[in-house]
Amino acid sequence: MAKTLPLTTNSGDSPQAVEHPKLSVHGLSKSFVYQGNPLTVLDDVDIELKANEFICLVGASGCGKSTLLKIIAGLMSPTTGEVRVEGEAVEGPGSDRGMVFQSYSLFPWLTVAKNVEFGLKLQGFSKAERRERIAYYLDVVGLSRFANALPKQLSGGMKQRAAIARALANEPEVMLMDEPFGALDAQTKEQLQQFMQEVWERTHMTILMVTHDVEEAIFLSHRVYIMDAHPGRIRENLHIPLPEHRELDIKIMPQFLELKRYITNQLGH
Amino acid sequence: MTEFSSKAPEPTTPDEERSPNQGNIAAPINKQPTKKRLRLRPSTFWSVRRGIPTWLKIVMPIIGIGIPLIIWSILSYGGFVKDIFLPAPTRVISTGIELFTEDELIKDIFASASRVLGGFALAGLVSIPIGLLMGTFESIASLLNPFVSAVRYMPVAAFVPLIVIWAGIDETAKYLIVFLGIVLYNIAMIVDAVRAIPDELLNAAYTLGSNRFVLLSKVIFPAALPSIMNTMRVNIAGAWNFLILAELIAAEQGLGFRIIRSQRYLQTDRVLFCILIIGIIGLLTDFLLKQLGMFLTPWYEQGER
Ligand SMILES: Nc1ncnc2c1ncn2[C@@H]1O[C@H](COP(=O)(O)OP(=O)(O)OP(=O)(O)O)[C@@H](O)[C@H]1O
Ligand SMILES: [Mg+2]
Repeated sequence: MAKTLPLTTNSGDSPQAVEHPKLSVHGLSKSFVYQGNPLTVLDDVDIELKANEFICLVGASGCGKSTLLKIIAGLMSPTTGEVRVEGEAVEGPGSDRGMVFQSYSLFPWLTVAKNVEFGLKLQGFSKAERRERIAYYLDVVGLSRFANALPKQLSGGMKQRAAIARALANEPEVMLMDEPFGALDAQTKEQLQQFMQEVWERTHMTILMVTHDVEEAIFLSHRVYIMDAHPGRIRENLHIPLPEHRELDIKIMPQFLELKRYITNQLGH
Repeated sequence: MTEFSSKAPEPTTPDEERSPNQGNIAAPINKQPTKKRLRLRPSTFWSVRRGIPTWLKIVMPIIGIGIPLIIWSILSYGGFVKDIFLPAPTRVISTGIELFTEDELIKDIFASASRVLGGFALAGLVSIPIGLLMGTFESIASLLNPFVSAVRYMPVAAFVPLIVIWAGIDETAKYLIVFLGIVLYNIAMIVDAVRAIPDELLNAAYTLGSNRFVLLSKVIFPAALPSIMNTMRVNIAGAWNFLILAELIAAEQGLGFRIIRSQRYLQTDRVLFCILIIGIIGLLTDFLLKQLGMFLTPWYEQGER
């Protein structure tokens, strides 16, 4: 595969290929054994992400959002069903599905730049290419000045931005994010929401983000999957009819508030 | 760990967390007024994980060493205990000087230290890869666990006669005893260290494209390294135990050999001095391993190593 810096283009590798969704999940179920009894956490979940879409997944706590994301990432195997990336079924993890976790997952022994470089080295980029990408993505997340800092020298928000840079630099087909701002205070959270919006505008990455913050979901995404709990099912696939470019003050517009009320009602059901 | 700067906000005291919800208008369940608020007063001496001032750091060790020394002095100089059981501190020192100048003690120290280091290094070379593999792969753990856990409970002293039969009474036997004494403890502790690595780190590595080899060498190994260094520090003390055991059996050189021979002639002062030397070497190796640990894992944050 050509190692270029696509950044904005969504390169169709072969022109004659059929348009596959970036990511699709079909008939996915997952049961755990809990105290000797099977516990169905996910039941017949279908999801589809087209290229360049920013999708959020909302649902009550414990409805299986993290489980679903882990299965998509290949970190856990489903009981039934399959995950496809660009039409190809995948089992096990791979660099095509990057992930950002709720808790800080930077490698504490590597500097910020080296953390970002980790995946690039594995993909076999030359030194010059690696340096270029590191510089670019640290700039995207605004951490250029902290390239040589160790994770322990960063604040929570900075750590999370570094983790996002690390996942972005690999330029995965899909970015999976599991409540990436869940551990942050309200102010930092809003900053990072705006930041994610800018990141998307610059990179047009295909993103699937889990959150239980309804506002965050509406603000960031083009579509929202609303999940039911016990067992976890997709209840609704809701299009967000807001302009592509959004500022934080959109959160007080009537249309926004109405969407928020609607989703909150659906969740509280 | 550096001390907390004075500018740092006061840590929340436990009672703050107990205060009732601000917005809660509901009447308190218990109508009786709380009799006593639980408040913690700050303390310098009893500060928990918060560092102590420099003067206390200097004074405390002096007291810690001084008190036993004073008791020793009173017992020996005061004539409460016979010289043959407990020689006076000065006697032990002068005997020590004698040992160095006239008896070539340095050769024994060298012999013992190289046996310890040899056996210890060998144990490290064997236990680090095995521990990493067992901690990482359930299959390898299942394969080796019965052996490792069973043998760990068999006292090495019981193996000494066997080792002498197998390896004779030359140097090999001593290295082997030290090696056997600590290798299984090393493995068990490294396995635990690997299992304590948070899942998130491994998952992050997977989603960045790691295969299992990369995971083991680039993630699990560095993540476990601080604990491995700590394991080494703990177990080098064990290595000295087993060395003395080995030297008691059969040796013509070494500190253990010195101790046993001095005991035969009731030279308590010599025994004590040799023990003292072992303690000092122990402190020295501990310090060096600590420095090595800080050099290898500068990123590791833990107050005091
Ligand atoms: N390894 C496991 N074994 C058994 N049950 C599990 C396991 N992992 C998750 N579960 C169960 O699956 C359900 C969903 O868990 P999951 O972590 O996916 O929820 P979630 O939607 O991410 O919740 P939250 O919003 O609180 O993070 C929970 O009820 C949990 O008890
Ligand atoms: Mg979760």
